[in-house]
Amino acid sequence: MSTAIQFDPIRLPSEAEALRKEVRAFLQDEIAAGTFDPNAVAASGFNREFSRKVGAKGWIGLTWPKKFGGQERSFLERYVVTEEFRVANAPVRGHFTADRQSGPTIMKYAQDHIKDDVLPRIIRGECSFCIGMSEPNSGSDLFAASTRATKTDGGWLINGTKIWTSGAHNSDYMIGLFRTSPSTKENRRHGLTQFLVKMGQPGITVNPVVQMTGIHEFNEVVFENLFIADDHVFGEIDMAWKQATSELAYERSGPERFLETFYVLPELVRVLGNKPDTRGAEGIGRLVAQLHTMRRMSVSVNGMLQAGKEPTLQGSLVKNLGTLWEQSLPSKARDLAAFSEADPGNRATFEELLQFATMIAPKLTIQGGTTEVLRGIIARGLDLR
Amino acid sequence: MSDSDNIIVDTTTRIFQDLCDPQTVNNAADDSWKQPLWDALEESGLTLAWVSDELGGAGVDITDGFDILRVSGSFASPVPLGETLLAGWLLSRVGVQPPTGMMTVAPQRADDRVTLGADGALSGTVRQIPFAANAGHIAILAHAGDAPVIALVAASDCAIAEGLNIAGDNQNTVTFDGVTPSVVKPAPDGLDARSLYMMGAAARSAQMAGALESALQISVAYAQERVAFGRPIGKFQAVQHNLAELGCEVAASAAASSSAADALQTALRKGDVFDQQIFLEVAAAKIRVGEAAGKGAAIAHQAHGAIGFTKEHILNRFTRRLWAWRDDFGGESAWAVELGAMVAANGADELWPLLASR
Ligand SMILES: Cc1cc2nc3c(=O)[nH]c(=O)nc-3n(C[C@H](O)[C@H](O)[C@H](O)COP(=O)(O)OP(=O)(O)OC[C@H]3O[C@@H](n4cnc5c(N)ncnc54)[C@H](O)[C@@H]3O)c2cc1C
Repeated sequence: MSTAIQFDPIRLPSEAEALRKEVRAFLQDEIAAGTFDPNAVAASGFNREFSRKVGAKGWIGLTWPKKFGGQERSFLERYVVTEEFRVANAPVRGHFTADRQSGPTIMKYAQDHIKDDVLPRIIRGECSFCIGMSEPNSGSDLFAASTRATKTDGGWLINGTKIWTSGAHNSDYMIGLFRTSPSTKENRRHGLTQFLVKMGQPGITVNPVVQMTGIHEFNEVVFENLFIADDHVFGEIDMAWKQATSELAYERSGPERFLETFYVLPELVRVLGNKPDTRGAEGIGRLVAQLHTMRRMSVSVNGMLQAGKEPTLQGSLVKNLGTLWEQSLPSKARDLAAFSEADPGNRATFEELLQFATMIAPKLTIQGGTTEVLRGIIARGLDLR
Repeated sequence: MSDSDNIIVDTTTRIFQDLCDPQTVNNAADDSWKQPLWDALEESGLTLAWVSDELGGAGVDITDGFDILRVSGSFASPVPLGETLLAGWLLSRVGVQPPTGMMTVAPQRADDRVTLGADGALSGTVRQIPFAANAGHIAILAHAGDAPVIALVAASDCAIAEGLNIAGDNQNTVTFDGVTPSVVKPAPDGLDARSLYMMGAAARSAQMAGALESALQISVAYAQERVAFGRPIGKFQAVQHNLAELGCEVAASAAASSSAADALQTALRKGDVFDQQIFLEVAAAKIRVGEAAGKGAAIAHQAHGAIGFTKEHILNRFTRRLWAWRDDFGGESAWAVELGAMVAANGADELWPLLASR
């Protein structure tokens, strides 16, 4: 059994630290130029112009093969880029999904002419992706998806509805999961196929779904007889369930899985001042210790990925701990700030950030697989399922 | 309890498997099994792992020593291996050949202090010294005026009060008044009471990480075996989810403790540079692993039902030591107050640069 859970103390190599300096300098310049405001946490996060600049720096597809325009640099360098962008609240929505998930899927499963067409555009920051998995009646139970792909001459006709699709309203493509066959008695995961969907065509309607924060981030996407050509199928027909799992370690272990509410922590430190009382100091100390530990775990997983391992269990452990932590941070910060000085200077900023973080906290343990689903995956890794 | 290609880990694991099997020693009528265990550890050179070759030790890397402690923790070791390692390290640092036999170190608590007088005699009382009543010698980080010195005393020369920790292992208040050490040396530059405190905290973190690994292993095995309502309890989702959370705590402990060990190795190689980064690493390990100890022990017990609450079952060997070890060399709260104060004094804008520097 796999209870030997190891996290080697991987350190970021000097080239990653050199890259960090470059990234920080770039972000400072962009902030100074007014491209984005690091405290505007409710901003949409989509900025094509910014994504192009990031692409020009070579920071999208950093680890990808040179033949697609990538840099073949390490996962640890990518790690640094990701965390610096997150901590600065930089608007990465125009390229992040493509960089993290869609690009690697394309590299693995798409036909050559599609790779040659799409990957360089992703790398230039000109091509954004959304993920079409969830449906009104299929969330955690992904294999209940019922949006149909029916075979027709030279391709497929898509009918049905995807929902909660983040960024569908400003994406160029979706990687969609559609039903090509019924599931079988032996394997209820059978029958789903991954497709590349070009957005903005007739046959696709994107309807906004406004979140409780008032923000429009996810959507309902309705397909009515949308035609998709045969060469846009990814991998094997009916076999998407086999393809989905190998990418999970990439998707689950990154710093974006514990840094989403990070902005609250430095403001808490500011509110409590240079000489906090014992309660405040202890609270900060514990939060910092927990965050440091998660970061060290995440770096370790990225080191394992770099070494060609598949740390799927470790990735799930990091995501579970990380999302619960970033979710609890606002409420802990609220408790700790309860007796601080009436006017510590940044009170207004703190309150504003705290309010927003408190509102978005619920989603953190739902998006990308709920806590319950993750615990199930970990339990399987422990041989309990 | 891992399959590694590390010969030090393998040797340690084999000795503990042979001579400290948790079920066997739990059934033992008395403590007579402890001496053969200690002898085997001593013969293999593990007890003086951090002492240089020239001084009769094994001279292994700092991280290897912490690995030894992690393995010992995974067997809920009730012998002063960690304490002897620390004592050997202190003595080795001032070129003193350590005596054989069990040793311990003092002080263990941040607020205790031992003073070396002008007459060459020690004074001071230190609390909660682990295994002082078992040790032949005590290595002390004392102060001559403000200058840190390293001293060695025979335990029999000291006044050692009776006392046990929550695991039933010796933990004694020791009074050094009027005791003349057999050796006194000025501590090397950069090494002081804080250094010992940090090394001790990292040692306990490694031991706790090991004990947590075992608590998980024992709990998973039990959940696969124990049947209720017609199926193994591990098939119930509530039990699975609890054990998944235990898995997360084990993972965090493994990561935090090995990171601190690695950081200390670097600090010592650089010539005792215990800067803010090293402090963050050690503090984070002691805080996070200490938190995991509390949470993890609770989950492991819950999964075991009543049987885990018996003396007869081995689980308590691990959970009681987790509770004991989290208090040694500073508990979570004490470390967190210091870490938080440091972060606050640096100012909000220095927080991310500090975290990212590791
Ligand atoms: C902000 C946000 C962005 C999102 N973006 C996207 C996106 O871009 N693309 C996309 O495809 N999806 C997206 N999603 C959807 C997300 O993947 C789903 O919400 C998630 O998988 C859960 O599905 P559900 O909402 O249908 O909840 P349900 O599956 O109905 O779950 C409801 C509750 O029941 C629990 N539950 C369900 N099954 C079990 C079980 N077997 N055992 C125990 N408990 C169970 C769940 O853990 C949860 O607590 C997004 C969601 C959010 C909140």
